Amino acid sequence: MLEINDLRASVDGREILKGITLSIKPGEVHAIMGPNGSGKSTLSYVLSGRDGYEITGGSVTFLGQDLLAMDPAERAALGIFLGFQYPVEIPGVSSMNFLKTALNSVRRARGENDLPAAEFLKLIRDKAKSLEMDPEMLKRSVNVGFSGGEKKRNEMVQMAVLSPKLAILDETDSGLDIDALKVVSRGINALRAADKAILMITHYQRLLDYVEPDFVHVLAKGRIVKSGGKDLALDLERDGYAAFVDAAA
Amino acid sequence: MMAEAQKTLEDVTGSSGDYKYGFVTNIESELAPKGLNEDIIRFISAKKDEPAWMLESRLKAYRHWLKMVEPTWAKVHYPQIDFQDLHYYAAPKQKVKLQSLDEVDPELLATYEKLGIPLKERGILAGVAVDAVFDSVSVATTFKGKLKEAGVIFSSISEAIREHPDLVQKYLGTVVPVGDNYYSALNAAVFSDGTFVYIPPGVRCPMELSTYFRINEAKTGQFERTLIIADKGSYVSYLEGCTAPMRDENQLHAAVVELIALDDAEIKYSTVQNWYPGDKDGKGGIYNFVTKRGACRGRNSKISWTQVETGSAITWKYPSCILQGDNSVGEFYSVAVTNNFQQADTGTKMIHIGKNTRSTIISKGISAGRGQNTYRGLVKVLGGAEGARNFTQCDSLLIGSDCGAHTVPYVEVKNPSAQIEHEATTSKISDDQLFYCMQRGLSAEDAVTMIVNGFCKDVMQHLPMEFAVEAQKLLGVSLEGSVG
Repeated sequence: MLEINDLRASVDGREILKGITLSIKPGEVHAIMGPNGSGKSTLSYVLSGRDGYEITGGSVTFLGQDLLAMDPAERAALGIFLGFQYPVEIPGVSSMNFLKTALNSVRRARGENDLPAAEFLKLIRDKAKSLEMDPEMLKRSVNVGFSGGEKKRNEMVQMAVLSPKLAILDETDSGLDIDALKVVSRGINALRAADKAILMITHYQRLLDYVEPDFVHVLAKGRIVKSGGKDLALDLERDGYAAFVDAAA
Repeated sequence: MMAEAQKTLEDVTGSSGDYKYGFVTNIESELAPKGLNEDIIRFISAKKDEPAWMLESRLKAYRHWLKMVEPTWAKVHYPQIDFQDLHYYAAPKQKVKLQSLDEVDPELLATYEKLGIPLKERGILAGVAVDAVFDSVSVATTFKGKLKEAGVIFSSISEAIREHPDLVQKYLGTVVPVGDNYYSALNAAVFSDGTFVYIPPGVRCPMELSTYFRINEAKTGQFERTLIIADKGSYVSYLEGCTAPMRDENQLHAAVVELIALDDAEIKYSTVQNWYPGDKDGKGGIYNFVTKRGACRGRNSKISWTQVETGSAITWKYPSCILQGDNSVGEFYSVAVTNNFQQADTGTKMIHIGKNTRSTIISKGISAGRGQNTYRGLVKVLGGAEGARNFTQCDSLLIGSDCGAHTVPYVEVKNPSAQIEHEATTSKISDDQLFYCMQRGLSAEDAVTMIVNGFCKDVMQHLPMEFAVEAQKLLGVSLEGSVG
């Protein structure tokens, strides 16, 4: 469903992604691990279409379409969701209103009608409940005054409501205590389905105890230097990144 | 809300430009010759069939104006206005005096229909009474009968001068005196119409009142005068809207609004100002030089101004409150948007005279394109205003890097028991916010509309329900094209 072929990208003339090739099929969960500065966040931003990254080579197709030719909203409509490492605050806009607008924008882009208000309300309440979020939080401004854990939980509620085909989760586990980590993991596992795929980007093996990946890739200095099954994460945890980073150099 | 915003954006992008009220009505007008002199003032007064005292008052104002100089302290720049190159009176030709709404020229009815303002006493805004001012005259006032039953007088000011001269003479010019400032003096000399409201003691006005101002004719100025009196223990909510055709030349609009609240009375005055702002290169647009002031004369009285200013090439406007009565309350909630080459210098004056008077100022300025937005405000506490309190919050939002936001607050306190708070912030719509919204599926324009509406929420929630949605849409349209 996602085909990344020899993808190269630069920021301010400096090459960050140096030829990434990765294929993700429906139903699969992939984890990309790597040290700081290896290009993990850049990859997630390039896939979701953020400005400021120059694509210098390669291609990305999603469901057969050229992803790199689309703006972020078009990619979202196609079913790509990015769970942010640092979710953004939007003062004065309630989470409820934000999500309703987002969901209906996506639906409209797909030629569907807006979800009736009552159905939307039920949907968002169910999803909030399943992720142990107080429904009162939905009335508050998006992420304003939220703790780190609350912000990540809010990302999971958004993901559950939007029900994307491909979820890219950029260090969603960072800064979470163990209880929050469990809730977030539950959110990710709930999305697992035969027609959906998940790409987790993470520093640590910890998240993978709760969300078991089918594939693990090591990203170092802008390249995938090793791929394997879930055991690779355990090797990494034990041996550290150093050996891989040196290999990439 | 976003669905509506989206629809509006589509409507707008489908048409010739960004401003959907820019059409011209083809209607035969009667124009005064260009220029300003005592004969023109006599002409206007005669057209209005005014009593002698009104003409005298106009001439006095004109002679005073001649001695005044145009103010230059505002942070706005524009070429010298040639006051002799304007028509001071323009009215659609009507053969006979109207007996009912059914006799209004169909061309005019169609115009207001197109503007979304129903002049028929039914339809979506059935709970709102409308006075429609077209160029220099009021062309229709709805629901007069129903309001009369409640004792409320809602009419054009010309009619009030003829039919309620005692009330008009007692209050007109008592809040904004003839010589108050350059534009108010000009208005006092040449005002041609506007709205008059009187709410008798103890009456809660049974419906929203509104005036819809439309400038149509080229090379004319609009000078309207509004006078609202809320007698003891009464309440009224009033809203004004304004639009004008797209024209290459700048047009002048210099209005004066006076509000008077007696003991325990409350006036809520809302404005959605959407005069033609000029084109993307700054050509054309309305010069909006307006004096609005309310006097809380009675104890426990309250005046609340809410304004959403999205139009005009230049906005110069400071709706103010004179808090004379003990325990009286003044409020000012403002959203001002400047996009492209628009300039706004707006704010308020809160003058605390009575004991325990309170005021709140919430100002939200949004600048995009090359727009310049200035908040200018005065909080003045006189010696006798024991226990006066003020809270001021001024927030500015910048979109892009070629616009400007300026905050000029003045505070003068002569009573040591007064408490004055001032908070101010300036922020930019960040790339992070835009990307976050777009990643969730919003278009760039919807994202800006959403972020801006969130920024303005504290003000928008004070608008009457019927107009809040309209105003939210307007913010989106006004900022269209402000992100790449």
